[in-house]
Amino acid sequence: MKFYFMHLMPYADLDLDYDKTHDSAWNTLPNSYYDPKKGNVLYNRYLDELEYADVLGFDGVCVNEHHQNAYGLMPIPGVIAGALARRTQNVKIAVLGRALPLLNNPLTVAEEFAMLDNITAGRLIAGFVRGIGAEYHAWGANPAESHDRFHEAHDLIIQAWTQPGPSVFEGKYYQFEYVNTWPRVYQQPHPPIWIPSQGSSETIEWASHPSRRYTYLQTFTPVAMLAKYMQMYKDLAQKQGYEAGEDQLGWSVPIYVAETDEIAHREAKPHIENFLNKFLRMPKEMLLPPGYLSLKSMMGVMQAKSAIGGKQTIDDVMNKGMFICGSPATVREKLAGYQKQIGFGHLLSLMQFGTLPADLTRKSMTLYAKEVMGHLRQDAAQSQTLAQVAAA
Amino acid sequence: MPMQDSFIDIRGCKVRMLRSGKGTPLVFLHGANGLPGWLPFMETLSKHHDVIVPEHPGFGQSDTPDWLDRAGDLAYFYLDLFKHLNLGKVHLVGTSLGGWIAAELAVRNDTVLASLTLVAPAGVRVKGTQMADIFLWSPEKMSRNLVHDPEMAARMMPVEMTEAQQMLVLKNRLTTARLAWQPRLHNPDLRKWLHRVSVPTQILWGAQDQLIPASYAQAWCDLIPSSRSTIFPSCGHLPHVEVTDLYCQTLTQFIREVTP
Repeated sequence: MKFYFMHLMPYADLDLDYDKTHDSAWNTLPNSYYDPKKGNVLYNRYLDELEYADVLGFDGVCVNEHHQNAYGLMPIPGVIAGALARRTQNVKIAVLGRALPLLNNPLTVAEEFAMLDNITAGRLIAGFVRGIGAEYHAWGANPAESHDRFHEAHDLIIQAWTQPGPSVFEGKYYQFEYVNTWPRVYQQPHPPIWIPSQGSSETIEWASHPSRRYTYLQTFTPVAMLAKYMQMYKDLAQKQGYEAGEDQLGWSVPIYVAETDEIAHREAKPHIENFLNKFLRMPKEMLLPPGYLSLKSMMGVMQAKSAIGGKQTIDDVMNKGMFICGSPATVREKLAGYQKQIGFGHLLSLMQFGTLPADLTRKSMTLYAKEVMGHLRQDAAQSQTLAQVAAA
Repeated sequence: MPMQDSFIDIRGCKVRMLRSGKGTPLVFLHGANGLPGWLPFMETLSKHHDVIVPEHPGFGQSDTPDWLDRAGDLAYFYLDLFKHLNLGKVHLVGTSLGGWIAAELAVRNDTVLASLTLVAPAGVRVKGTQMADIFLWSPEKMSRNLVHDPEMAARMMPVEMTEAQQMLVLKNRLTTARLAWQPRLHNPDLRKWLHRVSVPTQILWGAQDQLIPASYAQAWCDLIPSSRSTIFPSCGHLPHVEVTDLYCQTLTQFIREVTP
């Protein structure tokens, strides 16, 4: 299993009373709530945390894309990835963006990712997403075209990376006489592609197709759903005649580690609850614009109305396995158990969430790296040796 | 004559069509929320007209064809439909999204029209005057904002729906997004060609329209030289529902005046 440090870069200085006058931290929350002086401090603090993950021995760092909100300040994640490209040495850099359907010209992503891949000598992991529903309000992209544009933009980028240029692209949404991306990608035939999703059978079916076999990344979901979707991927692969490896399955989850379970719970509580109830806050109409989900999936969501809205507590999300929080021993045990049961090969830990301050973020990162990651790696190495011995 | 509720196939696209009455044909094009059924105003108008109410492709029980991307596609579709039904000259009435489609149709070919009535039409954007964002309205807000009379709004509040009804609501919203998400509720090219409409045209608007402000009526009149406008007091975005009698009178009188 590989370990990644994921950041959302929230505007942690947000006036949390905003919700007395505004119904969302996205799109309609006036940007007068943002203070650039505080933003400057936050950006540099968050970059330090991502660089620290490299020092601590994480396998990778992950940056993320969201628009016009207080939840995540990386509308253009390539800027952060570019800053990290030169300041980190060993980590993979996963850009989880880009939200392809939002773009008028997806070749910008082919170029941006190729540049990062060249500068880092192939440390780039290329994420392709549709963005969350709110993004379609922010950028005026038509959600009814979301799926079709995603597929077409993906095909265009893969063509730019793998077909000798110049080539021609004749799509419904994108047309080019000269697809001839300079620089070419460093990793051949192209960088690893990850598909983050909150769970959609259509996406899993597409990602698991034998011609793609992309890493499917389940984000912020109850662990029962995680197990269901990972199994769906494996079943679909099997049906199409191949065995899905651990490398094709990833999980992204907020994690907090402290000296004891009790301390962890107490320290994390206000910050994870702010993350859930203040930063993620938006009306259903903003989260799920028409067409963002297929009519069938949308019906499912409508019927499970309770899943959206309503205040959540730390215990709600801990019980559902959406937040892993506790002493190193507790966190180790949970992660090892889930990994064994579900079989994911990439574990993305979101270790700064909501208003979690710098000192607690660093403390949790350090404990996680030294007392969770190390042990789990050792256990994996041991069981591998045992397997080799048994096979010999 | 009893109302006929049937399907018609135009070049492989099956659409639902309500029809009743005798007289010169009057076609009504519904708005973004779809076709609720045979409404009282349709019954009233059917005393003097052959009233034809199609359910747009992509809405309700009609097919969603592959070619459906823009309001203009529906304009061409309805030109085909008129021809198929051999209607001769029709009185075309469109409301909101339907008004937009009607205007797109009229700039393409107004020789098939006897008159044109646009009721709080979408399709044109007046710079500096925003329309409301229907895509952020909850179902409750939609009911509250579409009509002026709070009692009527209360009666229109969403009720428990069957799965099939929910599916239709989602389908209607999806097609509305497809046609009108961006540019929002308008076609920037339409205003360039509205001067081509030379049939008698009237613009109707509710004074308290919270979706598209009544000040848009003047902009439409400026763009279509052969038009005049009427603003209904104490009325929201749905005059045909909220002030049915006045709406029918205004429409009938206009048609009588402009028909030789």
